[in-house]
Amino acid sequence: MVWVNQDKCAIVGVGATDYYVRGHSHPRTINDMVGEAILKACDDAGISVKQIDGFAYYSGAQMGYGDKADTASLMEMLGIPEVTFSAALTSGGGGAAGAVGLATAAIMNGDATHVVTVMALQQYRQRLGTVFGASAPSPENSFLQPSGLVGPGHLMSVLARRHMHLYGTTRDAFAEIVISQRENAANREGAMRRTPLTKEEYFASPMLADPLCRLDFCLETDGAVAWVTTTTDRAKDLKQKPVLIHGAAHGGQREWGRAFAWMGMPDPHFGSSGHKPIGDRLWEMSGRKPADMDVALIYDHFSAMVLMQLEDYGFCEKGEGGPFVESGAIRYNGGSIPVNTHGGQLSEAYIIGATHTREAVEQLRGVATNQVNDAEFALVTGGPASLPVSGCILRRA
Amino acid sequence: MSIEYGEAQLLPGEKIAITTDTATEPFWKKAKERKLTACRCASCGHFRMPPTPYCPECQSREMSWPDLPGTATVFSFAICTRSPYSGEPLIYVPVVVDLDGAPGARLVSNLIGIKAEDVEIGMKVTVDWNPIQDDWLLPIFRPV
Ligand SMILES: [Zn+2]
Repeated sequence: MVWVNQDKCAIVGVGATDYYVRGHSHPRTINDMVGEAILKACDDAGISVKQIDGFAYYSGAQMGYGDKADTASLMEMLGIPEVTFSAALTSGGGGAAGAVGLATAAIMNGDATHVVTVMALQQYRQRLGTVFGASAPSPENSFLQPSGLVGPGHLMSVLARRHMHLYGTTRDAFAEIVISQRENAANREGAMRRTPLTKEEYFASPMLADPLCRLDFCLETDGAVAWVTTTTDRAKDLKQKPVLIHGAAHGGQREWGRAFAWMGMPDPHFGSSGHKPIGDRLWEMSGRKPADMDVALIYDHFSAMVLMQLEDYGFCEKGEGGPFVESGAIRYNGGSIPVNTHGGQLSEAYIIGATHTREAVEQLRGVATNQVNDAEFALVTGGPASLPVSGCILRRA
Repeated sequence: MSIEYGEAQLLPGEKIAITTDTATEPFWKKAKERKLTACRCASCGHFRMPPTPYCPECQSREMSWPDLPGTATVFSFAICTRSPYSGEPLIYVPVVVDLDGAPGARLVSNLIGIKAEDVEIGMKVTVDWNPIQDDWLLPIFRPV
């Protein structure tokens, strides 16, 4: 059954700060960066910030894992006269791609007309990479933290290991993901890592949580990204060619649940990304299939999780992710489904998934750095993490 | 390609803290007596870990805490190379284990008494105890 709101709303403007190496955005404040991203998104759309009347966040409106965006503060800072919708998807980066669905819900329900989604990250006080180890253990994570699994990379290495055990996946597949994304970042202005990477260099990278090495971990960066969503009708009068919201879904199943914060997932969920129910819903609600996608912006906090998402979205069979990526399928040059054409969070910048939506918009406007020829459909995914996880399909107008 | 890591190390107990709540405290109190348990629904027998106030199968709030044999099977693991406390080089092996006698219940723990490169999914392990802060004992595992 086709989604009742298919193509009825559109992303009409996107804005971003420069991306900074972790901590280097100091002495800018998080609100300074959030404001810049929102103002640039409005300017890109050709609207005044005073027209913004809705906020659809993800990650519980947290900006990273210590700062928070507050709608009232943003109204005060930017001079937004009235807000008629303000809500967030819960949990963390899993909702990154689902926030456009929340914005669509706000708009199609008549609650708001121009909705901002924003994400910012500043790792000045606390590094995200060791966030779990730094927090006092709750009764719940007293069953996790003492094991020394102190960061997301440690946790996801355990999932990657299970996948390797069950399906024979090797580190060569992870290497291909890292190397192909690095190649995409080579000509990407503002990307953090642009020097091409050889397989030898990949295998010389120190192991941090075997089977994952340092290069399998995403960047630690600072910056902000925002976008504006409105109706497709209103978009006709605006500055840019709109990017249509063709499908959006968030949620997930109990078998995935808190995922690597729990570690109780039965097979085959354990060695997965938790995204299978999201993929199934997206294909059903859109009437599309993986082969219809021209480009995929897959949440890449860790290389191995890209592989598992490719399986869960049906680009290949479950367990076939290794041979699939090693065949060159995700390459910008010659791949059947170019993945993370901006270099992704492994090589461009990590702003909790928001950079992926920015890249999807650029691809579907036809102005991307590594433009996929005649791109009509882009898949964007949120981070494999505690539920909800999310995905969306965006379409060229 | 195999990397030689050497002996899997014990994490320093004096650095490790836990907290408890009403649902989890019985697990830790049994641990203090060097007894491994898991939260079992007293109505339907379903095991759940970590302990939560309701059984996810039948929604009962009644719990029981059976003594388990203390053996387990490695479900997955990582080999970590830096101390989570000092950042200094340290080889340790976080493991996810399936607990014998408690189907469906897992524990996230550490494995010691083996070279890290020799750890395998499916291997049988048995519980040991690491003294941590506030006189608690943390269950860890060694190869059988
Ligand atoms: Zn029960």
